[in-house]
Amino acid sequence: MIITKLKDIDEIYEMIKPYSKILIAGCDGCCQPPRSINEAKVLGQMLELKSKMNGKKLTWKAMTVLRQCDDRIAGSTVRPYLDEYEAIVSLACGLGVSMLNRIFEDTLTFPAQDSMFGASENHGDNRYEQYCDTCGECLLGETAGICPVASCAKGLHNGPCGGQVDGFCEVGGYKYPCAWIQIYERLKKFNRLDLFNKFRPPKDYRLMTSPGHLELIQEYTNAIEEEEVEK
Amino acid sequence: MGDRPAFSNLMKEIKTGKFVFTGELEPTKMVDISEIIHSAEAMKEYVVAANVTDGPQGMAYINSLIPSYLVQEKVGLETVYQMTVRDRNRIALFGDILAAACVGIKNVLALTGDHSALGDNPGAKSVYDLDSTQFVYLLGKMIDENTDIYGNEIETGKVEMNVGIAANPNASPREAEILKVGRKVAVGADYIQTQTAFDIDDAKDFIKELSRYNCPILLGLFPLKNYGIASYFDKFIPGVSVPEDLLKNLKHVKKNIKDKKERKVKIDEINLEFFVPFIREIKKSTAAAGIHCMAVHYERLFEPLLKEFR
Repeated sequence: MIITKLKDIDEIYEMIKPYSKILIAGCDGCCQPPRSINEAKVLGQMLELKSKMNGKKLTWKAMTVLRQCDDRIAGSTVRPYLDEYEAIVSLACGLGVSMLNRIFEDTLTFPAQDSMFGASENHGDNRYEQYCDTCGECLLGETAGICPVASCAKGLHNGPCGGQVDGFCEVGGYKYPCAWIQIYERLKKFNRLDLFNKFRPPKDYRLMTSPGHLELIQEYTNAIEEEEVEK
Repeated sequence: MGDRPAFSNLMKEIKTGKFVFTGELEPTKMVDISEIIHSAEAMKEYVVAANVTDGPQGMAYINSLIPSYLVQEKVGLETVYQMTVRDRNRIALFGDILAAACVGIKNVLALTGDHSALGDNPGAKSVYDLDSTQFVYLLGKMIDENTDIYGNEIETGKVEMNVGIAANPNASPREAEILKVGRKVAVGADYIQTQTAFDIDDAKDFIKELSRYNCPILLGLFPLKNYGIASYFDKFIPGVSVPEDLLKNLKHVKKNIKDKKERKVKIDEINLEFFVPFIREIKKSTAAAGIHCMAVHYERLFEPLLKEFR
């Protein structure tokens, strides 16, 4: 899932100020905390109020999409509304916002959220933790399933550093656990400190360079799938 | 200890078996470094080399290379060029080491560096392209194989440097720290310098555990110039706690002695009372190769502190 944070209402208002009719699109996909139809409605009400305070009339409609990052789902769900609205405000993560901008070339879609990180868990207390940084060179086999790229504040491959105190990290005021102490403890439990002791050479950061591209060896595109369905 | 020659005076003295002392210089937000030059002059007689810090606590300070160079040139005191991997990628680290070698720097201390979020430019992007162990690996490639990290040759001249690494006697769990140090030594460190220690038994245990790597150890000590520094250190330096008695005595001086001169004398007395027996014990009953004395802006203590050990 992608963890997101709602932007300040003033910032969203600044983006949509030039328009008088907007479509507010929630996302039912993996975006957490949830940003679906209810959140879209609340945002619409807030923007309407904000516009009124500025002497403007804002017309809006709230709707939601199963997954904004899926071009076919997003395309078919959002397209019917496009004629009536001048711009879209998306409650999805950056993937959804980018996707709507790409599939609807003649309409601008604005983000209502900041995307924080991916692949995480809700601990049941509204706390989310990053597990994976999609770095292109998975180390989890050497680190007992705890990712130092995502979970160490410095992304160290050969930690811990001197900034850990009793298993807590200097970044964030010793509130969050040191990933390398977690790795050490878990490897020790399995009698696999040989993996801890191993020297991991410098990472190839080309694998993390934006923009990321992956070319599948076996081609799999919408066109091919549609052809197969037709057959 | 590996096969790397002793290039620096520091390493040469360590190899002769002499119990060595190093000092520390902390250039900050400055263009005029005469203060650093004066500190270096004041400690020159007592230490074989002085570390020059690289933006400690994530602060935006003057690059440590130029002060490292100028102290050697103007004062004639060998320096240990401290380098963190926080602000530079492998290309910049490589370039800075070449530059350091070009101006005659013979020691480098390879550090991770406190995260920039802790410093006074907290929104800066921390680099950490390499970690400190990988930096030691890069240094090994440069010094022992005359290449960069990918094996591209250095065209002219040689990097002749000795490599220090850090270890933290205050780290818990300790085994993780000991193993991590072992990993770094195996990659190519010449000596280990520890973070500051205040507990003698703990320090002795730590040295004993590190001794298995057969790599010289400089134990870090931090004389306390006043109560303010002591209490800051106690509260804000990760994992370090200043002994209660020491804090209490320094606080007493602050509160009760108004005359500046008298206060200095008393503070020196407190430090000497604590650190002279400490050093004596480390020298007598451990395998430590020496002491790294972090008496920053407190150079007057070197003479009385070290006279019996010289």
